[in-house]
Amino acid sequence: MVNRIIVGAHYGLKDWLAQRVTALLMIGYTVIFLVVWPRPMSYAGWKALFAQGWMRFATFLLVASVLIHAWIGMRNVWMDYVKHTGVRLALQVATILWLVGCGGWAMQILWRV
Amino acid sequence: MPDLTAKKKRPLWYNLSPLNLPVPGLVSIFHRVSGVVLFLGLIAFLYLLDLSLASESGYAQAAGVLRAPIAKLLVIASIWALLHHMCAGIRHLFLDVDVGTSLHTARRSAFAVFIASLALTASIAVRIW
Repeated sequence: MVNRIIVGAHYGLKDWLAQRVTALLMIGYTVIFLVVWPRPMSYAGWKALFAQGWMRFATFLLVASVLIHAWIGMRNVWMDYVKHTGVRLALQVATILWLVGCGGWAMQILWRV
Repeated sequence: MPDLTAKKKRPLWYNLSPLNLPVPGLVSIFHRVSGVVLFLGLIAFLYLLDLSLASESGYAQAAGVLRAPIAKLLVIASIWALLHHMCAGIRHLFLDVDVGTSLHTARRSAFAVFIASLALTASIAVRIW
């Protein structure tokens, strides 16, 4: 019987796959961004870029990918170096709260444009 | 007949410092460190995105922040972290589908990750400085 602990890994293929799917989404966004970013840079061009519906859609997917990807990565880091269960749990919870908060801020930035 | 239950005396060597970390190992630890750096830098990135999209004066303010030499250094460091993380990640995706898993190829691709991310960072650094 595997010792399954609450602050351990999520067993199975799900997180492994999520890390790779979100990585591909972020690479895709990077390619799109390099094509469409305004040259020369100006406030008008920058604002117009993020005012478009599809760009918000794509950036929303980017933010979601970053949150999931960063969570899995940071959780692995905590699991590798922090052995005390209470401290690890606190850091994992703080990571989630921090990332979700950042996600909310990103949404506010995008839909205010 | 040999005694199979007797514990063999094995040499103990806890000092790992004489061992060299191979290049794929270096790519791996840099992948981890750059990932943590990007996680920590997320807040600065959001701050600048917020400022630059808020208003004309906010945009000018963000541009002003990025003109400071220390900010440029941080931006270049972040770009290196992002590019290394991305290149190492792409290499990882190929290894996941069993492409380039032989020792020789894996070492060469690890070298390529360092060279590509450093070269790209250098070319961007020259432009933004």
